[in-house]
This record gives sequence, structure tokens and C-alpha cells, in this order.
Amino acid sequence: MTAAWVVVVIVGLATMAIKAIGPVFLGGRPLPGRVQAVVGLLAPALLAALVVTSVLAAGRDLVLDERLIGIAAAVVALLLRAPILVVVVVAAAATAVARAVV
Amino acid sequence: MSSRPLEPKDPGLSFGGGARAVLPLTIAVAGFGISYGVLARSAGFPPLAAVVMSATTFAGSAQFASASILEGGGAVASAVTAAVLLNARYGPIGVTVAPVIEGGFWRRFLIAQLVVDESWAIAHRGDGRFDLRRLIGAGLVLYAAWTSSTAVGALGGEFLGDPNVLGLDAAFPALFLALLWPQLRNARAIAAALLGAGIASTLIPVAPPGVPIVAASVACLVGLRR
Repeated sequence: MTAAWVVVVIVGLATMAIKAIGPVFLGGRPLPGRVQAVVGLLAPALLAALVVTSVLAAGRDLVLDERLIGIAAAVVALLLRAPILVVVVVAAAATAVARAVV
Repeated sequence: MSSRPLEPKDPGLSFGGGARAVLPLTIAVAGFGISYGVLARSAGFPPLAAVVMSATTFAGSAQFASASILEGGGAVASAVTAAVLLNARYGPIGVTVAPVIEGGFWRRFLIAQLVVDESWAIAHRGDGRFDLRRLIGAGLVLYAAWTSSTAVGALGGEFLGDPNVLGLDAAFPALFLALLWPQLRNARAIAAALLGAGIASTLIPVAPPGVPIVAASVACLVGLRR
């Protein structure tokens, strides 16, 4: 088996298992109140981390590039109460324009 | 689509609602699916292996990371480690959606596979609760877009350029921010978001990719304060 297939099989099995752990073992039951209070805050914590890493990370480096202009445009769109579709398109367009100009 | 939290009777809380909500993202996802297919080929993946990986792993960042490591001459072990670290966030993410995923083992197992950052974010209704139909609707659309665009790239997408030229890489943080935005209404959610962002940005330069996001989940412990 080639290196590529080894990676495909191991990473595929590992990822399917990681994704399944929560739903398979905890699925269909409401979490206890105290746990729900904590788990409910996982969403804002993880979403904020996803924003930061997808704007600032390039592998292991912190970089400031045209994506920052895109996310700044997204903030303006959100302040103007734009729908999510518009926010996403504005961010991509601002980033594309910034890359074309620089 | 509105950026305010959805009410229970909102027509957006359906399979179709989730599918429509994720549709604008599928353009970006397809762009990256094609470039993943191209990268996988140059990393020595047969086209079938690239498509099988998209259909089973179904997580863009881990697939890009492992293919680039192999392409750069890295070891299989490094490629696997990087991908598993990047996907470790699906542990805590899976716990957040678990309460709405009911049924037998295989049903729960299969629905869990449709959870990716974007379907998870779109299914979130605020205050930590999730809508199963939106999760499935958005997840299926993303799954179809990701696997089919990988096939396009792996079978001859060389003529297509870099999706970053179109700014598509900025579409993902914009989506995450837009979905975070309406949740920033109470002090605890704001504290968790700021702490999560702080932990992630601090760890980016010192930890392998993926670890900063997983570590940021610790920020949810602010929920323990009464």
C-alpha cells in the first residue's frame, strides 16, 4: 500500500471515531444542567478560536495579511445588520480586491 | 436568512433551511475541494484515494495538512499526527451536538459524520442548543460539494487557479464570525469568546496547527462561575 493510502485509511478511521465519540456515547440525552452551562459556552469559545485561526494562522506562524481586510469588512457588514450571505460575500470580495491591489 | 437566533417555529429550522443556509459557503468549499484534489495528486495520491479521503475524513484542514506534508517529503507518521491534531476539535464539538442526535448506534454514528465546522455552526441556535435537521441538511450539501469537487480536482483541475485569488479563504472566518455575532449578548458568552480567541492566538506560534482550537475549548469553563 502506498503512503497516500496508509494516510487515507488511518486518518479516515481516526476522524470518524473522533466525530462519533460524543454522539454515540452521549447521544439523545439532555446534559445535566451544570454540564449544559459549560457545554453551551463551547460554541462561542470554539467559534471565536476558528475565527482567529482562520484569519491569523499560516501553519505555525501568526501572519497579518489580506484576510484581515476581509474580516474587517465582515465586521462592518455585521454592524450594518447584513444577512450572513452578504457578510460572507463581502469578506471574500474585500480580500480578493486587497490581493489584487497589493 | 437572518442573523438573529432562530425561533422554534422558524421555517429555517428544517433540512431545507440548513441546506439553503450553507449554500453560499458551498462555492468556497467547492473551490477548496478542487484545490485539495490537485494538491493530493501532486502529493502522490491516486485520484480514488483523494476522493475516498474526502468521503471518509470529510475535514478540509486535516486533509490539506496531511497532503502537504506528504508532498513536501514528510513521513506518514507526521501526516497522520497533524491530521489527527487538527480534527481533535471534533471531540468537544461532538459533545455539543450529542443531545439532539437520537436513535440507534449506526444512526448516531452516521449523523456524527456530517458534523463539520460549517454545518455545526449553522445548526447552532444560540445558548448552546442545536437543530438536528439544519445540521443534516447543511452537512449533506457540504458532503456532496466536498467529495464531488475533490473528484474534479483530482481528475484534472490543474487549469483552475488558486481559490485564494478570489478571497475564498476569507469566507470561512466571515461565516464563523457571523454565526458568533448574535450569541455575544450575555457576559458569559462574550467572556468565553474572548478567552477562546485569546488562547487560540497565543498558541498559534507555539503549538502544532489544530491544538490552539482544541485548547480554546477550555474557555467554556467560565460557565462554572455562578
